[in-house]
Amino acid sequence: MSFVPHTAGERAEMLAAIGIEEIEDLFADVPGQARFPALDLPIAVSQMEVAAEMRALSERNVHLDRTVSFLGAGVYDHYTPSTVDYVLARGEFYTSYTPYQPEMSQGMLQAMFEYQTMITRLTGMEVSNASHYDGATALAEAVLLALGLGSRRRNKIVVSTAVHPQYREVVKTYLRGTNAMIVGDQDPGGNAEDLSACVDAETAALVVQWPNFLGQLEDFRALAAACRKAGALFVVAVDPIALGLFEPPGSYGADIVVADGQCLGLPPSFGGPSLGIFATRKDLVRRLVGRLVGQTVDTRGRRGYVQTLGTREQHIRRAKATSNICTNAALGALAASVYLATLGRRGLKRVAELCYHKSHYAAGEIAKLPGVKVNPGVREKPFFKEFVVCLPRPVGEVNEILLRQHNIIGGYDLEQDYPHLKNHMLIAVTETAAKADIDRLVNALRAVTA
Amino acid sequence: MTQQASERMEKSVTTAKEPVDPSGGEPTVYEISVTGRGGFVPPALDVPEATLPNEFLRADNGLPELSESDVVRHYLHLSQRNFGVDSGFYPLGSCTMKYNPKICEEVARLPGFARTHPLEPPALVQGNLALMSELQTWLAEIGGFAGVSLQPAAGAHGELTALLMIRAYHADRSESKRDEILIPDSAHGTNPASTTMAGFVAVEVPSDARGNIDLAALKAACTNRVASLMITNPNTLGLFDEHFAEVVRLVHECGGVVYGDGANMNALTGIVRPGEVGIDLMHFNLHKTFATPHGGGGPGSGPVGASAALVDYLPGPIIAEEPCAGDEKSRRYCLKTPSRSIGRVSSFFGNFGMMVRAYVYIRLLGGSGLRDSAMHAVLNANYLRARLRDLFPVPYDRVNMHEFVCQGHIEGSPVRALDISKRLMDYGFHPPTNYFPLIVREALMIEPTETESKPTLDAFIEAMRKIAIEARDNPELVRSAPHHMPVGRLDEVKAARELVLNDPAAPALGTPPEASASS
Repeated sequence: MSFVPHTAGERAEMLAAIGIEEIEDLFADVPGQARFPALDLPIAVSQMEVAAEMRALSERNVHLDRTVSFLGAGVYDHYTPSTVDYVLARGEFYTSYTPYQPEMSQGMLQAMFEYQTMITRLTGMEVSNASHYDGATALAEAVLLALGLGSRRRNKIVVSTAVHPQYREVVKTYLRGTNAMIVGDQDPGGNAEDLSACVDAETAALVVQWPNFLGQLEDFRALAAACRKAGALFVVAVDPIALGLFEPPGSYGADIVVADGQCLGLPPSFGGPSLGIFATRKDLVRRLVGRLVGQTVDTRGRRGYVQTLGTREQHIRRAKATSNICTNAALGALAASVYLATLGRRGLKRVAELCYHKSHYAAGEIAKLPGVKVNPGVREKPFFKEFVVCLPRPVGEVNEILLRQHNIIGGYDLEQDYPHLKNHMLIAVTETAAKADIDRLVNALRAVTA
Repeated sequence: MTQQASERMEKSVTTAKEPVDPSGGEPTVYEISVTGRGGFVPPALDVPEATLPNEFLRADNGLPELSESDVVRHYLHLSQRNFGVDSGFYPLGSCTMKYNPKICEEVARLPGFARTHPLEPPALVQGNLALMSELQTWLAEIGGFAGVSLQPAAGAHGELTALLMIRAYHADRSESKRDEILIPDSAHGTNPASTTMAGFVAVEVPSDARGNIDLAALKAACTNRVASLMITNPNTLGLFDEHFAEVVRLVHECGGVVYGDGANMNALTGIVRPGEVGIDLMHFNLHKTFATPHGGGGPGSGPVGASAALVDYLPGPIIAEEPCAGDEKSRRYCLKTPSRSIGRVSSFFGNFGMMVRAYVYIRLLGGSGLRDSAMHAVLNANYLRARLRDLFPVPYDRVNMHEFVCQGHIEGSPVRALDISKRLMDYGFHPPTNYFPLIVREALMIEPTETESKPTLDAFIEAMRKIAIEARDNPELVRSAPHHMPVGRLDEVKAARELVLNDPAAPALGTPPEASASS
């Protein structure tokens, strides 16, 4: 099948209007020997059959509705209120494109304007763009922005080893087109608070994450001061849920705040699509990447919204644009807006508190298990919704038993990224974990490690 | 009614006469917000409270406070002020606004897909990996490539990915001095922007009088500094380059890689495999060619296909098959990073949810449906050109592919392309793309897609005919359009000069909430 509505009669009328015999005549410019190849694809099937086939395929996955999961490491299982998908399913929104024609796209434009506003409040920054692809690419663009700033050529990027390993990989890939170098992330056990020493007159940006990849809340005030002194940009990747409760990076001197917005109402969806959050200071707005919505008036003085500062963008500025980004994650930004508007001031704060209390309860109970250590070496450091558990046996083995015998998806195996963290598991606990779920994990871990 | 009650009522009536947004539009979430209201009840705490770290606590997070019904009505009202393909004809050239099948949405929301975590071990997500593996294979088949990576999150992201691959490829051949990317003057702005991001220099190549790449200019530009040519074929005029084989030969002979901007692949599915006619690398736009929704500006998905010479540079991980341990006969899916990979370009696997939708679309259509779609996209566009060419000048008036460009210019009328676009809204149509490609004055770039019926196209033609008449007889009517939208023409200059990027009704940064509010 296809979604072509033409009848044979209509097709004939159209061909006659064009003045040709058959549709094939329209393809004379395509090299003849390669024209109309037979495609080796599965035979088309009906919608009914595809629906059944896809359901069966999806059931080959172990998914979060069938298990209790403590896997986080950048993608989190937070509860999404039903308002979010109600709005996302509106065809007026999800089947529209970038609002190039503002009079016909006021809905999306206003939603993006409100999104920008809520993100600035949450991050404590002055301006937010209307979205990036995901947290990792937003961070990579922040680094490129820092490298392109000013007349002094700075080519050093200091990156904390406690930034999400995949974010660091993406930054590294993006820097392939520059002569910049990354320092700071070679020491696997490095402490972000010690990075001040690396920040110098060659440094374009310092990149840290808060809470860091291991869930810890570090005090970045000294780092911010070191950046200010050296003239480097201070870039902080955050967990937006944590900002419901905790001081935003804007309040202690961040120049750019980026985040992955999946936690704000988007399903894990095997890692994407997500939402990249990108917020910065007002004086950097002309270097900002991505779409930006501004308020204005129409010919009769009525309030309205348009995309603005297009002169930063590829469709106007071409080779001199601040980025190549075109399609971004507008629908993800819409999801985040509805999520934030639904939870509101007290709701988001409470969700953050629940994550905090539940993760601390889990950490406290797990710490009582013999032979198991929680947050080894950094016990005194506060953490938010994730913490590290050092086990007496390999994480892979433990997770296998947790799943097969207890129907629990265990935490992330940190050895994959940090070779010195053998047998270390990163456990995430959000508001969706009931006490009974946590107790089940603790009992299962007791059995596995006994 | 007591006097008090009547005063109260009068007061509330007065309030109703002064809506929060005096212009009568939809108020913002902050204007609707009332301190102390709430729309969401989190579950009760069922574990002991831990001590919060006071040194990190904030006074207020600055979010609005709405009831659930406030939220629903607000966003419903906003949706009513927006236009999608589901609302009507959306011939926005170059963006391929085709119908988005609803089954694709339904499948992408299945918990078995939507509720999987990207860091689950491969053994637990064999369904997802099977889907991605097949989609890689299908895209390679459709495009004629040796391999595909699904990781890039959008078309421009795919361009950047491919250019970084080209960079690594030349470096491996000790040809790092190749620093130029040739780009036709009709190209999308993303091409030169991606070029800069990848550390190359964009060199513009002019078009000839028939809308092809100017061969003489290309010949002169093909030196040993050329890393690649980025070619969109059919190009943004909707024209298939008549000397395509020669273009490819010239670039290959000078040692360059031919990169295909797959933005217009929707015209070519089942018509020609780009990899078979000399394209070495190409990105696909799943949100154009394979009908995944545009989401108001994303998410998209921009998989990259590569020829045998470049396949090892693809971003990883990609999906591979390996024999199961202890059972050599059965296979299972695993993650593999290509040997010369440029690394990751996004976290995890890219926009998996869009891959699910594209997979369902390809499964529904099969090879013949894909070809049928491309053929009817081309039929529709040629029909529109044939019927509109007497109303509006078509500068490159030859058989086009899925889109064409005419000029929004009427002899003796002051009406411009933008005016025609705004007036089309009054007739219930989304406008075409304006002022692009840059090489056509007053460009109106029209792409109907295959999912529009003849009656829809005829209604559009009729609206264009009426506007052409209005442009002559009553140009002011067109120049002051739109007249039937929630707002009239918006002052974009004011927006850029007096930047208002945040809602003034939101609490100032760092302001604590009203003392009366409980927390």
